[in-house]
Amino acid sequence: MNARRSRTAGRRRFSVAQRRMILSGITPVTVVLVVLQLWLLTATMNAHLGGDDSVALPAALASFACLLLNAGLLFYVFRLDGRGRAGG
Amino acid sequence: MTPQVPGRERPADELTVAPDGRPLADQPRWRQDFPIDVVQDEYVARREFVKFLVLTSSAFVAGQIWILGRGLLRRPPSLPELEIARLDELAVGGAVGFDYPVAGKPKLLVRLGESEFVAYEGRCTHLSCPVIPQPEKGRFYCPCHSGSFDIATGKPIAGPPRRPLQRVELAVRDGRVFATGLVEATL
Repeated sequence: MNARRSRTAGRRRFSVAQRRMILSGITPVTVVLVVLQLWLLTATMNAHLGGDDSVALPAALASFACLLLNAGLLFYVFRLDGRGRAGG
Repeated sequence: MTPQVPGRERPADELTVAPDGRPLADQPRWRQDFPIDVVQDEYVARREFVKFLVLTSSAFVAGQIWILGRGLLRRPPSLPELEIARLDELAVGGAVGFDYPVAGKPKLLVRLGESEFVAYEGRCTHLSCPVIPQPEKGRFYCPCHSGSFDIATGKPIAGPPRRPLQRVELAVRDGRVFATGLVEATL
């Protein structure tokens, strides 16, 4: 019974206004990550054109990590949305 | 303001008001006929923006993978050997210019000691002005924007240049100096 109650609490429903507020917090985080990826891409391209490929792999991994974070945040938004539509 | 869909009830906290905050009955006729859920509309717009950002993020990762692939597939070109100077023609502290590996790619050979030679790109990495060898000051000097490069390593030591000069690999045989290849680096 307690486990069921805590599960229900973990999947609490948010109103549209609350979801909008959560999204307002997620958006700047995503923007910062994308700007970081842009910086990584320009720095890697600069190094590549100069003949230095030693930074290409670490930069690609870092950029991929940023993408995973972004995709995770977007997935959370979709879940939030699904819960909202389902009505709890 | 939110129209009720038959068979689907929405909670009271999702029913939004018009931007001016007045009840539906006080709204103009067009808004009563075509009510817009402002909060929901803003929410959807922000969600679409986040989706666009994630798409952009994917494009950046694709770019990184493209650069990585190009780097892995790139093989250093085999460059021809070129005789630059004879040892007895170049005094210590002297310099000679040459084109390598093809015409129009100026390089500079500098004799730093009896058996110590360095050769670098002859153009500044900032805006491609010709650099002047100054062995007595231990640098290559770019007069355009007062940029300087360390003569021993080619690394930028002053001014706007951020990348080192491209180094030429040298070989000394039979009293002559040969260019045998190029070393590129950005750090």
